[in-house]
Amino acid sequence: MTISLDLWGSASLWGITGLCFFGTLIWRILGTAIAVHIDPEGAVFQWLNCVAYAMLAGLVARILLLPIGILADTPTFDRAMAMVAGFSIFFILRRHVFAATMTTFAVMLVMTILRDMKYLG
Amino acid sequence: MKETIPDIATRNFSGSNQAFWGGVREAAGMPAILVTSAMTGFGSLARDSGLSLDVSVALSIGLWGLPGQVAMAELWAMGAPVLAILVASSMGNMRFLPMALVTIPWFQGDGRARWTRYLAAQIMSINIWTVFMRHAPIIELNQRYPYFMGIGAICLVGGTIGTVLGYTLAGTMPSAVTIALILMNPAYFLFVFSSVRQRNCIIAVILGSFTGPLLHKLTTDWAIPLTGLIAGTAAFLLDHAKKKWP
Repeated sequence: MTISLDLWGSASLWGITGLCFFGTLIWRILGTAIAVHIDPEGAVFQWLNCVAYAMLAGLVARILLLPIGILADTPTFDRAMAMVAGFSIFFILRRHVFAATMTTFAVMLVMTILRDMKYLG
Repeated sequence: MKETIPDIATRNFSGSNQAFWGGVREAAGMPAILVTSAMTGFGSLARDSGLSLDVSVALSIGLWGLPGQVAMAELWAMGAPVLAILVASSMGNMRFLPMALVTIPWFQGDGRARWTRYLAAQIMSINIWTVFMRHAPIIELNQRYPYFMGIGAICLVGGTIGTVLGYTLAGTMPSAVTIALILMNPAYFLFVFSSVRQRNCIIAVILGSFTGPLLHKLTTDWAIPLTGLIAGTAAFLLDHAKKKWP
């Protein structure tokens, strides 16, 4: 496939882009319209907090375990090792998010390069 | 790099301006790096999908949610009908509804106009949300909105740069780097969620991590909202039960 560098989009492409903008905006507006009536000290707020965290944790776990796109071509073992290394640093350095994330990045990078060079199965 | 949660310390800025720049500083490290790398990935995907550069940037800034952007780009490339593109893109970003529900109440009572709430909801992304939710309780009510906007501003700048970079560099980056960068995003969020201190949120994160992939095997489309409802409600009830019978 030849990839062209198009600076400016056509009218139809811009039309769909506009529609999609409203497609996402609707959730933000709905959420905000309801949220202004929620008591931040109340039980409903606590429940919604749990729902939001559970939903995002579920999304992230799904991306790590059952990825789609380019990550789907990587072995689960590699992703697991990168995560285990990250979590080890996370707990050794007492919940250091930055160090843990960089560790996961580095381990995944090295494992993918080694696999490309056929050093790993 | 400040990534640990200050337990007791409250953050008081001397004014709105200082709070805004405080937000910029807070997000200038890992969160900005992540949103830039994520949007770099989107930029190259957009170019592969035959989108133009201006539309790619407009999607990043306007939709400001990767799953909806990716759905739009991929379905456009496949030549899908307009309605299919719209529905898939919208469903991909449905998480902004519950995220707004738990973000906006933090501004309640700060005396600002109603439209500022909607502006905050438009600026919100998962990166901004995670940074803000960690610090909102320790920031003075009046300074939360400028602080939030500061986080949003630096992330939007990073997201725009990332999209342009990804679009222009498409196909030239080594695949190992792309793969490691893509994995870095979910990894970061899992680490942030693992440093949550509230008990009901900790239970929600643990239950959600198991429920999410399981439900995905049953229903791809509804797995994420269902995970939130089921695992979130279970976590809330478990935490409640524990409070009543210690």
